[in-house]
Amino acid sequence: MNAFEYVRPDDVAGAVTMVSRDPHASYLAGGTTLLDLVLKDGVVELGRVVDITRLPLRGISRGDDTLRVGALTTMEELAADPTVTERLPFVREALLLGASPQLRNMATVGGNILQRTRCRYFRDPTVAACNKRAPGSGCAAVTGVARMHAILGARAACIALHASDLCVPLVALDAVVHIQGVGGKRSVPLTEFYVLPGDRPDIENVLQHGELITEVEVPLLPVNARSGYLKVRDRASYEFALTSAAAALLIEDGTIARARLALGGVGTIPRRAREAEELLNGAPAVNQTFRAAAEVALRDPFTVSGTAFKVELAKRTIVRILQTVSGVQS
Amino acid sequence: MDIVSTLRVNRTERPFTADTRTTLLDALREQLDLTGTKKGCDQGACGACTVLLDGKRVLSCLSLAAQCEGREVTTIEGLARDGKLHPVQAAFIRHDGFQCGYCTPGQIMSAVALLKEGRAGSDEEIREFMSGNLCRCGAYPNIVAAIREVARLGSESQ
Ligand SMILES: Cc1cc2nc3c(=O)[nH]c(=O)nc-3n(C[C@H](O)[C@H](O)[C@H](O)COP(=O)(O)OP(=O)(O)OC[C@H]3O[C@@H](n4cnc5c(N)ncnc54)[C@H](O)[C@@H]3O)c2cc1C
Ligand code: SF4
Ligand code: FES
Ligand code: FES
Repeated sequence: MNAFEYVRPDDVAGAVTMVSRDPHASYLAGGTTLLDLVLKDGVVELGRVVDITRLPLRGISRGDDTLRVGALTTMEELAADPTVTERLPFVREALLLGASPQLRNMATVGGNILQRTRCRYFRDPTVAACNKRAPGSGCAAVTGVARMHAILGARAACIALHASDLCVPLVALDAVVHIQGVGGKRSVPLTEFYVLPGDRPDIENVLQHGELITEVEVPLLPVNARSGYLKVRDRASYEFALTSAAAALLIEDGTIARARLALGGVGTIPRRAREAEELLNGAPAVNQTFRAAAEVALRDPFTVSGTAFKVELAKRTIVRILQTVSGVQS
Repeated sequence: MDIVSTLRVNRTERPFTADTRTTLLDALREQLDLTGTKKGCDQGACGACTVLLDGKRVLSCLSLAAQCEGREVTTIEGLARDGKLHPVQAAFIRHDGFQCGYCTPGQIMSAVALLKEGRAGSDEEIREFMSGNLCRCGAYPNIVAAIREVARLGSESQ
């Protein structure tokens, strides 16, 4: 690990300029991903760390139908927000099922969106083959020990999982990411923010170097919608998901008027299940519908021996969360 | 690259000089001789290094010391007042909330924060919100008992 300079700019524009013009600079928010990769694993080299934690990008404000969440709001702060409890209960559940209270006091919403994969080969600099770390070097995980890896959007070049819990309900809700760069501001829906690995697993999202996430805008659920987040994991707590699902349903007279569904623990990116939503919309809220939606959501998985179990587990996770949210017995 | 900085630890200003890469954990232990805070995994996975930053529990192994300048850091050494143990410390002793004791400073700092957060409503809630602190000795039942007792005494005294 080489030495780095530590700077704490006073304003957003200054921070953006500083990182944009230095290819070896990086923003530091809660540090729970970045410092791990730089100081501990030694897989990311930095010349300059630009601490953004004191910039005025913290806090939550409510509009009529949306919640605007500053990028530096911590996971615990977002979970404690009364509007989140009232109108986005599955966001609160996903937050509180993630990491630990200590980490949630540090980890920011912007950082959570940009967290790097937990793939052990990516995080081990002694492993040569990792297309995400060293493009063109191969993938140690496809032939190695894979369990906490992706089965959707994965391919032989990379099966790394995006392990966020928070992003699962956020993609289901059509949250929008607000970005500031040296050339101005832009907004990108979270569903279009991530890039599938393709041949370049090192490219993970549409952010250009130096662009700063300033805010995430989250549409509120209708007052009469019900939602839930289910996370299946190897330990009871303080563990990443094997599979997870976020669902929000609007049910009228036993019929699903509007469904939102997204999956975690299975995708190279947080996975919106649009085809399953189409199947659910207008269908009766019964187990048969739920199972059909699960089948559609898990169509064409890419599995290796260590991840094959996830296909059925993810289907059952979907069925269970739809049952729970709709109140239909199994 | 060295930085010259000041940490406010346990209500005292503590100047220090360290490399920019120094974590809060290493600054406390190596520069400021506050070795009560323990290094377990050094990677965010065990909670042994838990301290309070502006009253909130955080992991000192994943914080840069430089980031904490001007903030209030509370470590296990800062809990006792006037020679009297903090109620959580006393309860851990009464309930044998440890065996080897290595995870204990982190457990206690986390428990102090958990009580302040109002998350000691049931054993289940205590377990969930203490899940960021691992104990290799498996002292969990006694840790939960100690926290439960402080929560109960606290609510009785109100
Ligand atoms: C032991 C452990 C367990 C965990 N368990 C879970 C879990 O169960 N569920 C879950 O969802 N997550 C989990 N996490 C991941 C954790 O949630 C993320 O590490 C955290 O959200 C990252 O946020 P941060 O503020 O610490 O980001 P940082 O580490 O500060 O930054 C991460 C990256 O984003 C960049 N960045 C940060 N903010 C911005 C911004 N505003 N604009 C542009 N770039 C930015 C940084 O440059 C860096 O590259 C776990 C982490 C650990 C260490
Ligand atoms: S799965 Fe992706 S991150 Fe993991 S070793 Fe393969 S290329 Fe690297
Ligand atoms: S030493 Fe910090 S979490 Fe283990
Ligand atoms: S008492 Fe030994 S690790 Fe907890």
